[in-house]
Amino acid sequence: MIQQVENPVIEIHDLSVSYEKKPVLWDVDLSLPAGKLIGIIGPNGAGKSTLLKAIMGLLPLNSGYINILDKPFKDVRDKISYVPQRESVDWDFPTSVYDVVMMGRYGQLGLLKRPKKADKEIVMDSLSKVGMENYKDRQISQLSGGQQQRVFLARALAQQADIYFMDEPFAGVDAATEKAIVELLRQMSAEKKTVIVVHHDLQSVARYFDWIILLNMRLVASGPIEKAFTPELLQETYGGKLTLLTEISDLIQQNRFPNRE
Amino acid sequence: MWENISNFFSFQDTNVIYVSLGTIILGASAAVVGSFTFLRKRALIGDAIAHAILPGICLAFIFSGTKNYVFLILGAFISGWIAILSVDYISKNSKIKEDTAIGLILSVFFGFGVLLLTYIQQSGNAAQTGLDSFLFGKAASMVLQDVIVFSVISILLVITVTVFYKELQLLSFDEAFAQSMGLPVKGLAFMLSSLTVLAVVTGIQAVGVVLMAALLITPTAAARYWSGYLPRILLLAAIIGGFSGFSGTFISYIAPNMPTGPWVVMVLSLIAFISILFAPKKGIVARWLTQIQHRHRIQDENIIKTFFQIAEEEESFGEPKTIDLIREKRYYSDKLIRKILKRLKRHGYLVDSKAGYYLTPFGQRKAARLVKLHRLWELYLTEYLRIAPDHVHEDADTIEHLITPELEKRLEEKLGYPEMDPHNSRIPYEK
Repeated sequence: MIQQVENPVIEIHDLSVSYEKKPVLWDVDLSLPAGKLIGIIGPNGAGKSTLLKAIMGLLPLNSGYINILDKPFKDVRDKISYVPQRESVDWDFPTSVYDVVMMGRYGQLGLLKRPKKADKEIVMDSLSKVGMENYKDRQISQLSGGQQQRVFLARALAQQADIYFMDEPFAGVDAATEKAIVELLRQMSAEKKTVIVVHHDLQSVARYFDWIILLNMRLVASGPIEKAFTPELLQETYGGKLTLLTEISDLIQQNRFPNRE
Repeated sequence: MWENISNFFSFQDTNVIYVSLGTIILGASAAVVGSFTFLRKRALIGDAIAHAILPGICLAFIFSGTKNYVFLILGAFISGWIAILSVDYISKNSKIKEDTAIGLILSVFFGFGVLLLTYIQQSGNAAQTGLDSFLFGKAASMVLQDVIVFSVISILLVITVTVFYKELQLLSFDEAFAQSMGLPVKGLAFMLSSLTVLAVVTGIQAVGVVLMAALLITPTAAARYWSGYLPRILLLAAIIGGFSGFSGTFISYIAPNMPTGPWVVMVLSLIAFISILFAPKKGIVARWLTQIQHRHRIQDENIIKTFFQIAEEEESFGEPKTIDLIREKRYYSDKLIRKILKRLKRHGYLVDSKAGYYLTPFGQRKAARLVKLHRLWELYLTEYLRIAPDHVHEDADTIEHLITPELEKRLEEKLGYPEMDPHNSRIPYEK
């Protein structure tokens, strides 16, 4: 069940990617509609984060290409915002909530420029959208997991992008934060933003997303929730590991064998 | 020696002033550049660079035959960079992990450097005098020209870091995000490594290559204890680095046969040691004091609670309680109970009379609140976590000391102001 769309916001063609020399995504072909809440679903090690990182240009591609709004990533960078996994940074880093959110403005600011009044207003606005305006001077080491995630979301909002990529924003957050994030996602969707979210919890998939991508080292499905979120496709994604494919991947990693000539 | 000290502080020898200023500047700049290496968790790379520039300097001297800075810096730069790239290459393309690769490269380069240095010293080249101080530093041997060159480089380093502050901060905090928004991550990392090489070069004559890494890393490690905000940490690290550099010069003048590097490191380490021990909140002593405070609080509250428990059992609220009675309930030693009672008296929770101790109205309220929290928490555990009633007492005994008024309110609302706890004891509310 792979549904292609007209005028896609993201088009991925024959994408293969390795992570630490181990191929984790094979020949992914998909296109995504604009203005939707899109979930990337799959088991651990399925390549969900890898797909996101590949789209963000953070990993070299073994094959294929990715177009965003019909252009390579580099040309549309300022329309894109990225929320990395919360655990990917050191929250003991000596900085404040406000300064982290201001980092979202650096792309627009460019090298060597100081933030202007407008940037400061955008930062405060982003903080209030995630309910963290009272924490702006707080040191980030003093935040709870949910608050850390909100800060990351505020930083992404400060980028004022059209397309948002979020890596597991719901992982390890409290119920109140989860609710706040969902509301924020709906609001963004209402403003015609495209939001692509790596998601773990199958129970909430149907409530949160309009469109899902089912992934397990290869693309199992990509389509509107009512067509793609079926027991058969979930079984194909989660049940019955493709042992042969996993073994080939391990072999490639161990022998440092190129998986493309 | 005293004569030397008074000579030093009279600053009559203008060279003393220049060298002092120079080492303050280079100490401060090394600390500022090193901060970002530290924050990127690449402190060991700094150490590797510091050692690895030695062969570069020696080769530059051999080929040029002079101690010309341009050649020395160029040589240092090249060998420093070869070292960084080698570490990267080895850890990426072999089974050897980064820390091992750093250890390998550091020792190979340094060993080769010492080899070259020995060769130069035995070659009888007249210009080589002073090269040996590159190992451990000798601030007093710097001449005005050295001071000027190194100070100019140091000031340039600080300016570069200030100009790129916002980018370096982002690079250190979240490299993937920086890259996703199009920041030249590789270029910035290259710049930071180059700044580190230059910072080491400026310190070779004053501190020496062997101990230069300490000047990169230790000031930030110490400053981190005093502040949690990067601009303040940078400023503090600069002050610590500058002060240590200065102290090296001072020692170099009063004890001319001493290498300065080790003394700079001694001063730095002392500052770091004091920070680790005595910094507010994060220091070991501060943490230890908090631990004691917590222990006292738990002891105090337990005894206050005991007053309530005795009174509840004997229906003797408001009557005096003897120490024997208290000890029956709480297995504290006599000595400890007396100590706690004394503390409670001082804080106004109780008064004593011939017949025993009374809780003041203030103490009674406190006692009732503690018992209430204990019983509410027991109820919460049995109702919401489905823990057996005979298991919840121990948990509640710890948690009751921790619950804040906000949590207390939420707990009451969630449980609906219950009257009885799981053991059918009445929950005392404030009237």
